[in-house]
Order: sequence, then C-alpha cells, then structure tokens
Amino acid sequence: MLCQNIHCGLFEFCCFNWIIISGGTMAVLKIKFSFQRRVHLAQGLWLLSWVAMFSGGVTFCMGLFLKMELLRRAEVMHTTDIHVVPNLLMVVGLASVGINLFAGRVCQDSMDSTRFTQWKNVMIPYFGVSLFFTSMLIVAMALSYALQPNLEESLKVGLKNGIRFYKDTDTPGRCFQKETIDRLQVEFRCCGNTNFKDWFEVQWISNRYLDFTSKEVNDRVRSNVDGRYLMDGVPFSCCNPASPRPCIQEHLTDNSAHFNYDYHSEELNLHNRGCREALVNYFMGLMNTIGPCVLSVFFVQMSVLASLRYLQTAMAALEGQENVEVETEGYILEKGVKETLNEAKETLKKLLQLGQVDAEPAPGDAEAAEGKAAS
Amino acid sequence: MALMKVKFDLKKRVKLSQVLWLMYWFAVMAGVLVFVMGLFLKIELRKRSELMDNNESHFVPNLLIGVGLLACGINAFGGKICYDSLDSTKFSKWKDVMKPFLICCLFFNVLLFLSALLCFMMRIPLQFTLAEGLKNGMKFYKDSDLPGRCYMKRTLDLMQMEFKCCGNNNYKDWFEIQWVSNRYLDFSSKEVKDRVSSNVDGKYLMDGVPFSCCNPSSPRPCIQHQMSNNSAHYSYDHYTEDLNVWKRGCREALVSYYGGLMNTTGALVLLVTALEVAVMVGMQYVNTSLSTLVNPEDPESESEGWILEKTVKETFTDIMAKMKAMGKGGQVEEGAEGEQGVATVS
Repeated sequence: MLCQNIHCGLFEFCCFNWIIISGGTMAVLKIKFSFQRRVHLAQGLWLLSWVAMFSGGVTFCMGLFLKMELLRRAEVMHTTDIHVVPNLLMVVGLASVGINLFAGRVCQDSMDSTRFTQWKNVMIPYFGVSLFFTSMLIVAMALSYALQPNLEESLKVGLKNGIRFYKDTDTPGRCFQKETIDRLQVEFRCCGNTNFKDWFEVQWISNRYLDFTSKEVNDRVRSNVDGRYLMDGVPFSCCNPASPRPCIQEHLTDNSAHFNYDYHSEELNLHNRGCREALVNYFMGLMNTIGPCVLSVFFVQMSVLASLRYLQTAMAALEGQENVEVETEGYILEKGVKETLNEAKETLKKLLQLGQVDAEPAPGDAEAAEGKAAS
Repeated sequence: MALMKVKFDLKKRVKLSQVLWLMYWFAVMAGVLVFVMGLFLKIELRKRSELMDNNESHFVPNLLIGVGLLACGINAFGGKICYDSLDSTKFSKWKDVMKPFLICCLFFNVLLFLSALLCFMMRIPLQFTLAEGLKNGMKFYKDSDLPGRCYMKRTLDLMQMEFKCCGNNNYKDWFEIQWVSNRYLDFSSKEVKDRVSSNVDGKYLMDGVPFSCCNPSSPRPCIQHQMSNNSAHYSYDHYTEDLNVWKRGCREALVSYYGGLMNTTGALVLLVTALEVAVMVGMQYVNTSLSTLVNPEDPESESEGWILEKTVKETFTDIMAKMKAMGKGGQVEEGAEGEQGVATVS
C-alpha cells in the first residue's frame, strides 16, 4: 500500500496541473489534493524521510572514510586544503539526519490538524536552513573536482620534501620520512615524485654510512657544487616484484655494469609511475565513487523537502475550516518566482531598516522630536 | 523420575515458544556466519596455494561450509515448528516429526562440536604443508621463464613484503639456493666462474637476499649483497644489525596468520554449538509440554515439560535394550525364513 502511495504522489508531481509561471499572481507548480491524496502524501513522505535519514548517515560515513584516508597520507601532503570536502560531507550528513527526523515528525503530526498548527511558524526558516545544507552537497561535489590542482601541488611539495629528508633518519622530526616513503612506494607501486630519476638528484644515503676515506666517495662528492653524494641508484622500495630478473638498483644508467642489461628497454625492473600521479589517481578514484552517491542523496533530500512543502501548504489551506475532508491546493511558491524574490528583498530591507532605526535615536534627539511634535 | 521437570501453564508455554522462535532466527544468522567463515577460509587457502605446493587439504573449510548450510536449514525448520506450536491444530501435524527431528538435532550438534575441534587442530598439518611448499617455492624463485613456475618470484616477493618475513626459517635460507637465474650471470667473468666451481652442484650461491627481504624501518639503505662480509660496507656489523632485513621466517609468519584465523573460527563455531544445544533443549521442552496436557481439549490446561522421560541411566539402558531387541529380531526372522525354506524343499 505504501509503495502505491509514493508512486501516486510522484506521478502527480510529474504529470498533473503544471501551471507555468506567467509573471502574474499564479502559484508555482500547483497541485490539487483531496483528503485521500493528503493522507497518501503524508504516509509516503514519512517513509521517504526514513530513507533520507539513512542516506544522510551514509553521507557522514563516506565523509569520515575520505577524511581517514587523507589523514593516513598526511605526511606526504604539504597543505590541508582538500580536507574541506570530507568536512563538508560530514557536516551535511549530520545535518540531514536532523532535517529528516524533523520532517518525519511533522509528517506524523499532519494527520491531526490541531497538532500541525504548532509547526506553522517554524516551517519557513526550516526550509531555508534545509535548502542551504542540501545545496552544500552540490558544493562539496564541485569542490572535489575544483581542488584537484591543489591536491596535486600539495603532493608535489610533500613528496619532494619526503625524498629530500629520506636520509635523515637521525634528525628528530624527519626520522620517519624514510619509512613513510618506502612503505608508500611499495603500497602504491610507484617510484619518486614524477618518476624514478628524481632519486638521482638527491643524496638519499646518509653521510653516516659513507666512507669518506675511499677515493670513489670523495670523487662523487667533489663532482658537484653542493658536495652531495649523488648516484644513479634508487632505494629498494622502487623495485617491481613482477620483474623476471632480480632487482637492479644501482648503476641504472650503466649498461656495462650488469650482464645482459639495457637501460632503455628495461621496463619491469622498477615501478614506472611517479608517486604523485599514483596518489592523485587513488584519491580522484575515491571521489569519483563518492560523487554519484552524493548526487543521489541530494535528489532524495530535495524530494523530501518538496513533498513536505506540498504537505505544509495543503494543510495550511485547511486552517480554520470545520470539515477536514475538503479538497485543498498545494504549491511550491505562493506567487511567481519574480514576485517571491521581490517580497523577500522587501522583508530583508525592512529588517535591516528596523535595525538601523532602533540603533539611531539618542535620548536628546527623541526629546527634540517630541518637542517639535508638541509645538 | 524425569530429568529437569518443569510445570507449564498457557502463559509460560506461549512465552517459551516466542523466545525459542527468536533464538531460532539468531541461530539461522549464526549458521550463515559459519558458512561465510568457511568460505573466507577456503579463499585464503586458495590465494596462497602456490606456496603450499598445491597440496593443501580443503577438508576443514568444506566441512564448515556444509555445516553452515545445514544449520540454516535445520534452524529455519525449527523456527517454523516453533511458530506453529502456538496453535494446537497446526502443531498436531508436526507431532510425529518431533522425535526424529530432535535426534537429528543431537547428531548435528555433535558434528558442530567436532568441526570446532578440527578447526583448532588444523594448525599442525598446515605447518608441515607450508614448510615443504616454501622450500620448493624458493627453489623456483629464479625460474621466471619456466611455464608453470614463472609466477613464483612475484608470489614470493609479494608474500615476503606483505607478511614481513624472509626465507623459510630465516634469511640465511637464501644463501643456500641459487636465486639468480643463469640468464643474468656472465659466465665469462672470473668471479662467477669461481663461485660456480666452488660447490658440488655448480650453483651460483651468494650471501645475499632478494630486495623483498628489506625492512623499511631500517635507518640505513638496505644491504642485500655480501651480508656476512663486514668490510664490504662502511660501519656495518652483521652480528648486531637487526633492522636491515626481516628477522622472521615466512613459515612462522604464515602459520601464525592461519593459526589465528583458525582459532577465531573455532571459537565462533563453539559459540554456535552452545546456541544450538540451547535451542534443542528449548524445543524438547516445547514438545513435551504440548504432549502432556492434563486436559487435551482445553488449550489453557497445565502441563509438564522435561528433557528426558527417565533418568540418564535408565534412558541409556532402554536404548541398549532396544538395539539388542532389533538385532535379535533380525536374527529370529532369518532363522524362521530358513526353516520355512527347508520345510518347502523337503
């Protein structure tokens, strides 16, 4: 029975009585509601509000999951701009649970028109707040795509620092970088920032493990301006397990250093991807999965709000009437869109002016005004 | 004297039936859980069957899957009987089925208990299978061009990285096998020729390990080659270096992983057994209380329920006597037929 009710309400929403805005005093999307239809609408809305509450919970969980994943990799990220997306999702998830609980409550009370009148004054602010939070869902989705360059930049700087401080396992504050970068490269099957050659430009072996009495070390250190020990080798975590050959980590550009080895044609030896690309793909993949879910939550929430608005206006028309079984009309907006916007502007202006007028009159001015009026 | 006799009035009977119906639904879910655990265990064994030489026994997970499905069926049936027990007309059609059903439940509970014990004991054969499998696996590490063995290198590397282990018992196992394929050895170089001729089998042995043995927590870049030669590396002492490569052997790591899994499953199955015994006892009470109504026409009359009609000893002697009677009855029948046969012939 309930399934029929929801079907009924939505079908009418789509096909009946579409009164297009003509700039006059026509209501927007007016629908006639008989007593039976009102009851069906209320029942369908009650069920829909439970579904929407559940999906609000799901939104919160998705936001939480995304935040946990971002926090796990916080050591290779320089800025936290991207955290605004999961934060928004969590806030909206919690808010929508509250919004839908309220909608369900109003729905239950709508069966009895005396109890329904107590909600009258709260409804307009409620709709304002709900629309604001629901639109935040779309904002979150848009941000998740818009902030991709920020994420990439943040990872670029973070990984560069990680690779620079790889050798500093004895410096407090940086001693974890080696383990972080190694585990990252193994887990995401990547090497370096853009590719494995990033390791050639950095000294990734600490001076503690270099024998400065040997000729080879001294030559290398003197061969560049900064006195760094650079080599054409990579750490073990860059090694690709799928390679048929035991991993070649050192003298990578020297073909003669290894038997049957050609640096230009060897593809499986190390991971080819850069870690920045790997991480960006991973996070964008997560957000692409979350995107459609958020969109469907948005649609469910909007349909709850629209149905509640219809219920509210249909019940409001019953006010003061003895017979509760008459037919009433429900609408989204009482007047056309333009007129409603103008009215809203007027109300806002009045509120602001009242505020100004209240603030201005000093005691002297008030007396002077009274004096003038008396004379 | 009946075992654990309890008096029942209508209210108590109804309450017992309702509670039992709820417990049967929990038992169905528990059956599903056992099924899922069996499936999970089977998948985990399959994932690493290469390391066990494709020789591992799937008996325990298969048993768990079967028992789980059986539990679902039996408990759903029990729940249906329970639901019908509230209405005496519906219950009368189940009356004849009750005794066989309860005996079936008893055997099923024994089977569940045995499965739980097997879960705990599976660790032992697994240890032997893993030891054999890993030893053979390491031998084929270099054969990445042999069909059928070409994935061994990748499997071993990924396993060593995932389980944080190296070699069979420890990293020195790698010193005893040739893990670099001949394809990548320059047989014209003196060093290679020396090493190969230094042992009987002509294998290229070295004191080095693959990269997957490296420990990322080490403060120093990984030392994989010439590990027992202190002078080959600056500031290196192979006796005191413990963070360089993983210290644990992979057999120990895998056995403890699977052992933990089996222990959890075994504990779960024991809990499910306890639940099943409870519902079986509850069902026996429902059965006996509904068949001993003081006034069979009046559903509100009092009745008694018990677990066994006589004491345990008496029930046991009754069963033995019945079995003997069945055995003797069979013999007497055979004798009678034989005499008849003889009578007709003569």
